[in-house]
Amino acid sequence: MRRGVPYSLRVRRTLSVLCVSAVALPLTACGGGDGGAEPGVIRSSWGDPPNPLEPANTNDVQGGKVLDMIFRGLKRYDPRTGEAKNALADRIESSDQRNYTITLKKGRRFANGEKVTAASFVDAWNYGARIDHQQRNAYFFEYIEGYDKVHPASGGAPTAKTLSGLRVKDERTFTVRLTQKFSTWPKTLGYNAYVPLPRAFFEDHAAWLNKPIGNGPYRVRSYTKGSVMKLRAWEGYPGPDKARNKGVDLRVYTDNNTAYTDLQAGNLDLVDDVPAQQLKFVRSDLGDRYLNQPAGIIQTLTFPMYDRAWSGPAKAGLRRGISMAINRAQITERIFHGTRTPATDWTSPVLRHQGGYRPGLCGGACRYDPVRARKLIKAAGGLPGGRMTITYNADTGSHKDWVDAVCNSVNTVLRSDRACVGRPVGTFADYRNKMAGKKMTGPFRAGWQMDYPLIQNFLQPLYYTGASSNDGHFSDTGFDRLVNQANAASADGPAIAGFQDAEKILAAQMPAIPLWYQNGSAGYSRRLSQVALNQFSVPVYAQIRVG
Amino acid sequence: MGRYTLRRLLQMIPVFIGSTFLIFFMVYALGDPVAALFGDKAPDPATAARIRKDLYLDEPLWRQYLHYMGQIFSGHFGTAFNGRPVTELMASAFPVTLRLTLVAVVFEMALGITLGVLSGLRRGRGLDTSVLLLTLVVVSVPTFVSGTVLQYLFGVSWGWARPSVSPEAPLGELLLPGVVLGLVSLAYTTRLTRTSIVENARADYVRTAVAKGLPRHRIVTRHLLRNSLIPVVTFIGTDIGALMGGAIVTERIFNIHGVGYQLYQGILRQNSPTVVGFVTILVIVFLLANLLVDLLYAVLDPRIRYA
Repeated sequence: MRRGVPYSLRVRRTLSVLCVSAVALPLTACGGGDGGAEPGVIRSSWGDPPNPLEPANTNDVQGGKVLDMIFRGLKRYDPRTGEAKNALADRIESSDQRNYTITLKKGRRFANGEKVTAASFVDAWNYGARIDHQQRNAYFFEYIEGYDKVHPASGGAPTAKTLSGLRVKDERTFTVRLTQKFSTWPKTLGYNAYVPLPRAFFEDHAAWLNKPIGNGPYRVRSYTKGSVMKLRAWEGYPGPDKARNKGVDLRVYTDNNTAYTDLQAGNLDLVDDVPAQQLKFVRSDLGDRYLNQPAGIIQTLTFPMYDRAWSGPAKAGLRRGISMAINRAQITERIFHGTRTPATDWTSPVLRHQGGYRPGLCGGACRYDPVRARKLIKAAGGLPGGRMTITYNADTGSHKDWVDAVCNSVNTVLRSDRACVGRPVGTFADYRNKMAGKKMTGPFRAGWQMDYPLIQNFLQPLYYTGASSNDGHFSDTGFDRLVNQANAASADGPAIAGFQDAEKILAAQMPAIPLWYQNGSAGYSRRLSQVALNQFSVPVYAQIRVG
Repeated sequence: MGRYTLRRLLQMIPVFIGSTFLIFFMVYALGDPVAALFGDKAPDPATAARIRKDLYLDEPLWRQYLHYMGQIFSGHFGTAFNGRPVTELMASAFPVTLRLTLVAVVFEMALGITLGVLSGLRRGRGLDTSVLLLTLVVVSVPTFVSGTVLQYLFGVSWGWARPSVSPEAPLGELLLPGVVLGLVSLAYTTRLTRTSIVENARADYVRTAVAKGLPRHRIVTRHLLRNSLIPVVTFIGTDIGALMGGAIVTERIFNIHGVGYQLYQGILRQNSPTVVGFVTILVIVFLLANLLVDLLYAVLDPRIRYA
């Protein structure tokens, strides 16, 4: 070895040879560093949306992110408080919690110049509800009268083309008639499935999908499917929430570790999902530029209430006992590095007190208490067959770690190595099929990401008899009655109180064990300021300042 | 030679049909993919049934397969769940992976054969031992380790290369990922070349060439290397197919949107048109590479003739 030439220098020399030899080719590699940052434009990580980007067909966070930038609906959730505020709606009125009259604000347009009218909404909703269009979010329209005609439960041919509950009154007014009383219904209208659509969507659908046109603060400049979407601020946007930056480039990353590495190397400005492996170092890497705040996501262990070994009030003690045997505080700290918070009710902190979040509602049943847990389980005759499994899907989300930890906790309490074991299922699809086919033989993992920040959304779809996401098939007449009453209430206060009463039934029956609330996490570069996440753990792009 | 090639091409047909059916069967056996399209929410049964019908998923396996093969022969590879035709995915993914594979193969051939020849000619000496040790290290380090370490060093610590590859994936940006992808094969190429050179160095024709008084470089390049390359070419030929399919790890680390990425997505989302379509092309690449290798034998060693 020659002396005197430092190692790094030699590597640099070798590399510069490599770079020179590649100059003839289209090359941007050897510079490193800026990665083509445009002034005023945010470079943000993105995941390839699994479904086509249509409002009523997008049910994932990544697609929702785009819709949130290019669309504005009747309501919009305040990114700070989660409160549903009027966006395009001027007034939403009802005297009976069932018939609503919606009046739009004046002067709102789509980015192609077309006016946003009452028909823009009615046509979009009719499109989304109709079974022929196979929209994933069709069920969001199920409370509107006539849904069963355009979307027959049998999957057969629809007997109507439009929802009978929707009527256009004039250019800025339309009415909605629901199938039941639903006092918080107007507050659900901030969800992406309810945004208006321009004529271009219906006239040239393929072209629209290639370059969506909306009415929000951003416009799509170009969309290379599977790799990058470039959004630019729409100068003519008439709303009050104009973009404070020039635009956003959403880049598809296949692995959030690479996105994080790119952030460190200065090729990316914003990652909204810090990989688990980096959580240990993220504070020292990013300091204040790391965000970790509650999102509207709760994880539970749900019991198969169709299985006699687990069901019925007689086994309520058993279910509560298992809940008390889980050391939530330890697991959230050791496995999730504080990015999750032990759950003490069935909603989420993002609802805040005003919205119905009531920490501690679960009471002693959600507190780690080995002695009482052992007593309760013993009193219920022990675990069915002496053992239990926790089913989870092994393909995504690294659920194995925490499932093993939960089982460990239960095993320690029961002083047996084999009382609880994890039961992995290969793929998420298979997992869902087992759930739908009522093939679960013990508690299984369930996660719920809210559609809108309302207590109703955390309870009704999950625990109401026959509800769409009631995977444990829990059914309790008392619970159903309280939910119905809450929906019929004419004011927020009584409605929320009603839902909380229903939640107390969950605490007594424990059809699902609340485990923890999930936080959203994000990291950003020095170029950005005013970065915040909303309750859906999506960055509030329009408010971010660059430079 | 012509008849031989024709026979080989005809043999590909049953291999092709058999392998596509196997892949189809395996993806099918994973279960119903439609449920997963709805995320963590339970799917609406009516919508799910409609989607299933549209994708021919409500038919028995053999009808699905026939329908699919019928489509393939009319040049239509089906549609991915996000609404994009699989041919469109292929058109964007294959050129990228092809470039990546090219970098890897050129790298492993140039460096691997050079190192192999050098250490083979200096058998048992310092250079030989250190090359052997080095290849041992390279073989034992898995790609995801070497990939992330090199990515961190070059991309973040020193800032000489971009840690991720841009969507257009120009050749320059693919240098580092290509090297990472080719590393393990590089070690094999080196070892194969070395062994082969060592064996042939004592062969009669080499001795004759030496006795004739030919210059050393001519002996090595024209006589020794040409014959020694047969096992190496065999390896590299099969390796091209393996590299293209096995780029999943490298492509993930460097965020390259190539074949590995699409395959990974297809498997994760249980999208049989994507998986079967891509693997079908890979099977063809593999078969053609093998044929090419066999034909190259005759070029390298004049003693080999095909009837």
